[in-house]
Amino acid sequence: MSDSSRAHLSLLDATRWRAWEPLLWLAAFAAPLLLSQYAAIVNEIAIVALFALSLDLVLGFTGIVSLGHAAFFGFGAYSAALFAKHVMPDPLVGLAVGIATSTLLGAFASFTVQRGSDLTRLMVTLGAALILLELANKLDWLTGGADGLQGVVMGPVLGRFEFDLAGRTAAWYSLTVLLVLFVIARRLVHSPFGATLKAIRDNRLRAMAIGIPVGSRITVAYTIAAALAGAAGALLAQTTGFASLDVFEFHRSADVMLILVVGGTGWLYGGVLGAIVFKLMQDFLSAITPQYWTFWLGLFLVVLVIVGRDRLLRPWAWFKRGSAA
Amino acid sequence: MSDVVLSCQGLVKKFGGITATSDVTLDLRRGARHALIGPNGAGKTTLVNLLTGVLEPTAGRILLEGQDITRLAPHLRVRRGMVRTFQINQLFASMTPLQTLALVVSQQRGQGGGFWQPLGRDRAVAQRAEELLERFRLAEVMDVPTEQLAYGKRRLLEIAIALACEPRVLLLDEPVAGVPAGEREEILQTVAALPADVSVLLIEHDMDLVFSFARRMTVLVNGAVLTEGDPDAIAADPRVREVYLGHGETAGEEEPAHA
Amino acid sequence: MLTILFDGIAYGMLLFILALGLAVTMGLMNFINLAHGAFAMVGGYITVLLMQRAGVPFLLCLPAAFLGAALLGAVLERTLYRPLYRKPHLDQVLFSIGLTFMAVASVDWFMGSTQQFIQLPQWLRGRTEIGTGAWTLGMGHYRLFIIAVCAALTVVLQYILSNTRFGSRLRASVDDQRVAAGLGINVNMVFLSTFAFGCGLAGLGGALGAEVLGLDPTFPLKFMIYFLIVVAVGGTSSITGPLLAALLLGIADVAGKYYIPKMGAFIVYLLMIAILIWRPQGLFVRQGGKA
Repeated sequence: MSDSSRAHLSLLDATRWRAWEPLLWLAAFAAPLLLSQYAAIVNEIAIVALFALSLDLVLGFTGIVSLGHAAFFGFGAYSAALFAKHVMPDPLVGLAVGIATSTLLGAFASFTVQRGSDLTRLMVTLGAALILLELANKLDWLTGGADGLQGVVMGPVLGRFEFDLAGRTAAWYSLTVLLVLFVIARRLVHSPFGATLKAIRDNRLRAMAIGIPVGSRITVAYTIAAALAGAAGALLAQTTGFASLDVFEFHRSADVMLILVVGGTGWLYGGVLGAIVFKLMQDFLSAITPQYWTFWLGLFLVVLVIVGRDRLLRPWAWFKRGSAA
Repeated sequence: MSDVVLSCQGLVKKFGGITATSDVTLDLRRGARHALIGPNGAGKTTLVNLLTGVLEPTAGRILLEGQDITRLAPHLRVRRGMVRTFQINQLFASMTPLQTLALVVSQQRGQGGGFWQPLGRDRAVAQRAEELLERFRLAEVMDVPTEQLAYGKRRLLEIAIALACEPRVLLLDEPVAGVPAGEREEILQTVAALPADVSVLLIEHDMDLVFSFARRMTVLVNGAVLTEGDPDAIAADPRVREVYLGHGETAGEEEPAHA
Repeated sequence: MLTILFDGIAYGMLLFILALGLAVTMGLMNFINLAHGAFAMVGGYITVLLMQRAGVPFLLCLPAAFLGAALLGAVLERTLYRPLYRKPHLDQVLFSIGLTFMAVASVDWFMGSTQQFIQLPQWLRGRTEIGTGAWTLGMGHYRLFIIAVCAALTVVLQYILSNTRFGSRLRASVDDQRVAAGLGINVNMVFLSTFAFGCGLAGLGGALGAEVLGLDPTFPLKFMIYFLIVVAVGGTSSITGPLLAALLLGIADVAGKYYIPKMGAFIVYLLMIAILIWRPQGLFVRQGGKA
């Protein structure tokens, strides 16, 4: 009889909050207060982390290689910016709008990633992002075209917290949104639904053979990921007061994929960790070689793959012959 | 006719110019212990793929409990009780046996879409998973990621997954393939101990297993049914012997006891 | 309208030559190489350098571009690509994106980010017009040249593929690598030479296309999607598949930009997405072939 609870406990153990987690979040929230000159970077990191988290649902947990995730990020950004400019400057309502529109887009786009090989899905996701980029470019009466959408002034959060110049309100706002969505994502991946996603990622054929409706699960996962990415985009537009075409660019999609891979796919904190490392690296390298930082980024990617993604955090393993490729 | 749980009629599958399955008709009765044998490349696995919906037939019909499922999606066939195992292990590499079985069980109980409560919150699910782990001698490795398991354990998990789906019709594709002699016993016992009301179609090359298990056999050659009958008749059939000439006998294999 | 068709065909043939190497690489090694455009860019810049710094005539630059890109491809295949064949597609994508970033930044550093211009020889400039009114066919001589060169190459390649021993080794390796190796075919050699050849073709395409498509460090990123479209829609199991896909793409793009300039690039992307949803394995896949 004690074994029966052993299985029960083992399953629940995976869902428990580890001791270091609350510490990490506390540190994150304390940062804008203690290191106030870095509040802007904290804000950026929180936004990028949320974006990477959304990609983790698609890539890390469902196994879909997407090169166009920026489509949802950008869509959320422009939606929120336009909403603030033309309808109402309340941040939370704007955030909700950004999330809602990206969710719709995600649901619509999700049926493009159902079938086909990795290459097909790569193409289709890439194509979707490029279409949106073109759209934003061409509809310049709405989006400001290449100049971007300017003059997005946000009202106070919850009617009380004004966005200050130092960026602290922005940082806390983004961090709060990140935390809330993180907790939701966490429950999702630990649930039976999350387990079916992992099953689809590991072996789609077998997932079908145990009765999992692969198609509809992918749709839901993709839509949720789109919603999260849209939230990140909305946050960007709201905290910077600006939306420009680069939210749709290939670089965004490629960068977020790199961030997630560096931090590690499939464990939710990968996005957070990767975001921190990436942003710090970007600041550091941009100061040294402002124009050619993409070269170092490229080199990093090449080395990362050659050494092996799983061995990145174990430098002593770099020069051993890998057993499993 | 309600005695027949699974039936395919005139099933044909062509890949370009190659006919992999040629006008196959097969009836599986309730509680059957039916073996499908034939030389390599005869199309046995293709037939299973057709029955489970992984492949679409070029022609023919498939009936499950009297209902036409020829166009039904694979996962829906599973929901109706038709479950298969794979000749080559198809497992979830990063998940542990416990997680895998808990997933299958909760999917089976319609909880697969639940997204708020953690997997394992439901004690009944954990308990059922635990039962299966015990029965398939996987309890000691329940927390080991599948990719780190030994082959024999993986094969057991492969079959455990199928049983966790509460099958009414079970299609076993070479369950002891590649399993070292010492570990075959566990699998053989499990196959022998299957509930009587589960209808089983077994594909195997191991003639010991086939003759000890089957009450009825179909011989498939080049995608077509050569003959069908009870084990005695099949063993005595000269055409079957001819087909297997050169197939090779395992050491100590003799004429089946009933011959 | 005929002129548009003509321009579209020229554009399409150019895309075909550019993308063919990628199609073969994908089909043969099952490797998603997003850096393919970088080899084309290399060919283009080799041509520019030879013409501007060394005064080499244009026609001679073409084989030089081919050889330069092929050599680079051979070296990279042996050193960097080969260990990655078995890796998951995600890794290949990350790797080739990284390589592309490095190439783009390097070229930017060495050559600057401005557009490069090629002085075409006199006999390639100019235009011939046939017919009158709405049915005028205006053929730029350079585009005629492109069509001629690419068509000739296509014929030669098809011949090599179906009539030579190398061709049959290649086809065998594409169909089933393990069995081909089991038959004594030196699969490594086939991979190396095919990859190098594909890169060479890309380089040649880059040289030919510099005048038509423009040449600057962002070339690989700008045109990557087009190459991928050709491969995804045309499939990787034949030469005719990508050829037809490239022509379709070329004509659609030119016509789209001319008739509906506001929509321009959309037509192509929408068409691609529609096709891939309808037929995820591509339009021209052989029955029973590998996807």
